[in-house]
Amino acid sequence: MEMRQVYVDTIREMMAEDARIVLLNADLGKAGGTLGLAKLYPDRVFDVGVAEANMLSIAAGMASYGLRPWVATFAPFATRRACDQFALSICYARQNVKVIGMDPGIAAELNGGTHMGLEDVAATRSYKGLTIFEPVDARQLKQALPQLHAHQGPAYIRLFRKAIAEVFPEGYRFELGRADVVKEGRDVSLFASGLMVQECVEALPLLEAAGISAELVNIHTIKPIDREAILRSARKTGCVVTAENHSVIGGLYSAVAETLASGCPVPALPIGINDMFGEVGFLPYLKKRFHMTKEDILAACRESIRKKEEFK
Amino acid sequence: MNLDLEQAIKDIREQTVRCIASIGVGHLGGSLSLAEILGCLYFRHMRVEPDNPRLPGRDRLIVSKGHAGPAVYAALALRGFFPVQELLTLNAGGTKLPSHCDMNMTPGVDMTTGSLGQGISCAVGVALASRLAGDGATIYAIIGDGESQEGQVWEAAMYAGNQRLNNLIVFTDYNDLQIDGPVSQVNDLAPLEDKWRAFGWFVQVINGHKVQQINEAISRAKHQDKAAMIIAKTIKGKGVAFVEALGAGNHNMPLSREEADAAIAEIRGEG
Repeated sequence: MEMRQVYVDTIREMMAEDARIVLLNADLGKAGGTLGLAKLYPDRVFDVGVAEANMLSIAAGMASYGLRPWVATFAPFATRRACDQFALSICYARQNVKVIGMDPGIAAELNGGTHMGLEDVAATRSYKGLTIFEPVDARQLKQALPQLHAHQGPAYIRLFRKAIAEVFPEGYRFELGRADVVKEGRDVSLFASGLMVQECVEALPLLEAAGISAELVNIHTIKPIDREAILRSARKTGCVVTAENHSVIGGLYSAVAETLASGCPVPALPIGINDMFGEVGFLPYLKKRFHMTKEDILAACRESIRKKEEFK
Repeated sequence: MNLDLEQAIKDIREQTVRCIASIGVGHLGGSLSLAEILGCLYFRHMRVEPDNPRLPGRDRLIVSKGHAGPAVYAALALRGFFPVQELLTLNAGGTKLPSHCDMNMTPGVDMTTGSLGQGISCAVGVALASRLAGDGATIYAIIGDGESQEGQVWEAAMYAGNQRLNNLIVFTDYNDLQIDGPVSQVNDLAPLEDKWRAFGWFVQVINGHKVQQINEAISRAKHQDKAAMIIAKTIKGKGVAFVEALGAGNHNMPLSREEADAAIAEIRGEG
């Protein structure tokens, strides 16, 4: 099932239960899949037109009145175009607004560089009080949305819209703010978020064939980050690789490196967009272009382990 | 008529001067230009309860030109939201009264503002929320003329116009001065009335220092089927001759104790 559909179905259930929830979009109701909800709740779904800055501040005003706005647009428009409104109208003013950044990073595919939010986490991670979440699969997203709603305070959600392979098994229990160990290992810690968790899962057989026991941990809540989970794993394995659909500057790599630097200083290498702007292409091309494939993950793990030995 | 109101407006001016003089520098010009509007709102029109500043369904004021904080604080203190003595803590470390309005710090402040253009969008959101709640509140906002050069103001104008937000009344403090000089020279707004009308608003142009004109404009604005803009022609620094004379230099200016004493005497009519 498309992640977008999971979002729409879950938010529909939430809207039925809580009349305070309102949705806002900026001419992307169709892209976000919420046109049906606009028919169901014509007075609770607002399309402000192509005006993202206006949308974020309007949502803040609504939140100040006790409503619980969820706003959605493409990731770079939510965080780059409307950066000031996100920082001040929402975060500085402590308004309980949930912001969906759709198709972050290379997920923007054919929309290309202008539509690729590669620094959205870098920018928003510096806003005090903001929770940042990026789902891995449908099962996790479905459980996360009500928890994000229950959380008092603003949140930014990086939402890949298309279908994505299942990573978490039946019986999985999500907890906002607590990292999930997908697979235990002893040689290297692989901290991954969003789309890159699937890529890491696909890298696991390659790692095993190379004689590397990797521990795969999903950091779904990038802020506040699960410091204990990161340090626990890093202390066990002694070296780290991070994997994110984002610039290696300011995102997951930075957040993990900051954590390690003050708690367990071990080698850490990034998989992500290495200080470049985006470009057009489908995901398989873009993953190769930006060195985000399972082979790149294997190579980074080897290098991190080599550094661990070198630093001894 | 309105003797109490006239006195309240004088008091707002006096307390604004005291507030800014307490730290010796501040946004005096654009605060003094709002004294009549704030007086009419807080002492005639707004349904608020100073003992219960977060009362649901109250009328609200979003001061989008957040740097007018000192005048807003003076009005709120005089209306009873907090002690007048607290006005002397403007911008002191740990104060509840920062340069720019902050709803999480100051009792009675309805929105955090300061980055120009955002407050009017927030006001649109507040008005939409009030309409959804059906609580009959009137949502007021004040924007600056320089602020109206921000694109976001017009994003908000377009949406509020199309939404026919008849519970939203916005003032433009049209004093024709911004930091770098006259608005009409830096980046002219004229014809401002036509612009707002073209965006679907009910527009009135008044003298922003005439109480009767303000009160009548608010009353008329409340009986429209669309959002209302009141373009208030004002004088930046109004009420204190040497401040008015500074022109664009009075935006964020130093103010000594001696200057403050002279200004207060002038405001009281003792000068």
